[in-house]
Amino acid sequence: MTVTVDKPLPAGTGRAEITDRAKAERRLGLLLSAPAIVVMLLVTAYPLLNALYLSMFSYRLTAPDDRRFVWFGNYVTALTDGLFWQDVFTTFFVTAVTVGIELVLGFAFAMVMHRAIFMRRTVRTSILIPYGIVTVISAFAWRYAFDLNSGFVNGWLGLGDYAWFTGRWSSLSVIILSEVWKTTPFVSLLLLAGLAQVPRDLGEAATVDGATAWQRLWRVTIPNMKAAILVAVLFRTLDAWRIFDSIFVMTAGQNQTESLSFLTYRQTITRTAIGLGDAVGVLLFLSVVLIAAVFIKGFRVDLAQARGER
Amino acid sequence: MGKVERARAGRGRRGGGRRDRRSRTSRAGPVRASVALVLLAGGLTACGSESGTPSLTWYTNPDNGGQAKLAAACTQAANGKYRIKTSVLPNDATQQREQLVRRLAAKDSGLDLMSLDPVFIAEAANAGFLRPFTSAEEAQFTQGVFPASVENARWEGKLFAAPFWANTQLLWYRKSAAKRAGVDPTAADFTWDKLIDAALRSNTTVAVTGNKYEGYMVWISALMASAGGRIITNPERGSDATVDFDSPAGRATATIISKLARSRAASPTLSTEIEDPARNTFNAARGGFMINWPYIYAADLADAEAGVIDKSIPADIGWARYPQVTAGQPSKPPLGGISLGIGAYGKHENEAVEAARCITSEPNMKAYMLAEGNPAARPAVFDDPEIVKQFPMATLIRDSINAAAPRPITPYYPDVSSGVQSKWHPPASVNPNTTPKETDDFIPKVLRDQRLL
Repeated sequence: MTVTVDKPLPAGTGRAEITDRAKAERRLGLLLSAPAIVVMLLVTAYPLLNALYLSMFSYRLTAPDDRRFVWFGNYVTALTDGLFWQDVFTTFFVTAVTVGIELVLGFAFAMVMHRAIFMRRTVRTSILIPYGIVTVISAFAWRYAFDLNSGFVNGWLGLGDYAWFTGRWSSLSVIILSEVWKTTPFVSLLLLAGLAQVPRDLGEAATVDGATAWQRLWRVTIPNMKAAILVAVLFRTLDAWRIFDSIFVMTAGQNQTESLSFLTYRQTITRTAIGLGDAVGVLLFLSVVLIAAVFIKGFRVDLAQARGER
Repeated sequence: MGKVERARAGRGRRGGGRRDRRSRTSRAGPVRASVALVLLAGGLTACGSESGTPSLTWYTNPDNGGQAKLAAACTQAANGKYRIKTSVLPNDATQQREQLVRRLAAKDSGLDLMSLDPVFIAEAANAGFLRPFTSAEEAQFTQGVFPASVENARWEGKLFAAPFWANTQLLWYRKSAAKRAGVDPTAADFTWDKLIDAALRSNTTVAVTGNKYEGYMVWISALMASAGGRIITNPERGSDATVDFDSPAGRATATIISKLARSRAASPTLSTEIEDPARNTFNAARGGFMINWPYIYAADLADAEAGVIDKSIPADIGWARYPQVTAGQPSKPPLGGISLGIGAYGKHENEAVEAARCITSEPNMKAYMLAEGNPAARPAVFDDPEIVKQFPMATLIRDSINAAAPRPITPYYPDVSSGVQSKWHPPASVNPNTTPKETDDFIPKVLRDQRLL
């Protein structure tokens, strides 16, 4: 718009020194990204707002006539219910343990992939295989492996007729094992990218200075990978926080192994209690936002840097 | 009963499936050619009849092809008036309901006929998802049909589904185990107490479906009914209904479950067992007694023939009516089965009613029972010589269904059932002094959205 360009910018505004070219470029940028933003709004903002709206009703799909507006009553129900907090704890427990184990294991695998001298491709491929398997299928494989009738695990460990899926902690450990098996490759892949970014000369300089391998790892490699590690932890935490498939397949949420996503699914889809389910869904969404905010603000994760943009 | 189907499907894969595969490979060429021809012909007729013959879609629960065969038979019998296509629903009853509810809530006009687990009829009817049968149509679907199945298909006085097959559970036992324990499970006063004691004496198990799913609710509600109680006394009040476990019947139910679950007569996997795993427990070394649907007999015969289980097992199997809770008070076995509902949003309701009439006719029920092992919903079928030959316990099944009690008939059934399951699972945690009371407090709150479930 030539009219605005000709006018001198008022003095004192922050970005007074912007050139016409930069302005035009910015406008073009906005125009080019507009379709994507519109689509994003349609597919994320609309369902979100709709969920917010519906969460204020006591509303069951199968009893449409009994629909009542209850303000934030569903949130009160959810937040004061022991089941909600039990599921929050289960989700937190699974997330913390899986991400912890995956970080250590994933780092080890990343080192192996990074340092592998012979059969490099084979090593990398074989480490990545579990990640290529659909979660539902891997969950079934683990379920059958630990099953009393069809499983081989009890035979190997000499556990007799120990029933894994009849207790909370034993079921959770199988769920955690399968999650770790399935997603450690993802973590190691992100960490491998981080490892590759650590300049070789830093390690060499440290060696010359007489640093041991352990010192090099803790003082040189890991600090230089901080961004990659935090991104890996952030992605995996958000992923693990939404855990659903493994639990659905292995225990269907029984024996107190239900996660927050599963709770949402049961209220909304199984019980068709749309209002209550959407309230739990909104709470789940807020918890995800909270986790992301803590990571990005608290730990200053720079997503752009991790993607190699800077 | 959807779970039965899952179990049945599993059996099909192991037992009957092998035979099919062999024949398929040996005749692969001609089969492929004829499939191509059929597809071609199908395509041609589809094009030709687009305007004329209405096409009905029947959502069926998974079986071994029996419902698809009936669909074909009725299409032929209709002589061009309508065609029935089948579409298979997921394996377990809960997921079948989920898919149907989703489609119906979206007013799916392509849903003409559906195979419904009777426990979900009230919910679908109350939501306006089903087209009620007119009083003129009713007679055909209710006369000569088991009364409990008809009762289960009614909501607010109207008939919303046509009973297609009925089901019930029997007490299955190993004659050797009963002999060792010195009991006669067919005795007129055989109770759960005697059953559990007999299993303990003979060091065998009582297999029941104790997983946290509908099958566990089947057990709880049959015990409750046999003890003379009712889980919900005022279902017509919808979300304001009250639950009545805190009663002599409810406490008797809890006592039996907790006694079995905490004894050595329980399978180590009791709390995760569904129909087929329960059958495995029954067939295993410590197997002695089991409560299960009649399909297990044919399944065991097939497994013994295929060498999956010991060949001596089928001859050792005996059957008796569902055990009593109080000696001398006749038991009320559980009621299962499938009824046909007609979608409220379908475009061809008259044709759908006619199709339901054809599918639920006596000869077709008999054919389905012979093909799939699922008991017919008409008692007359059980006197048929072919049926008696294939089902040696046909009379017992008929009498059990005649005496059966439906699970609570309420539009909030899924919530009532999961509410009970969440308070009563695992079975070993049931305490007769606290569990019934807690359930009575919990479920009404769930129905009013004051508790999560």
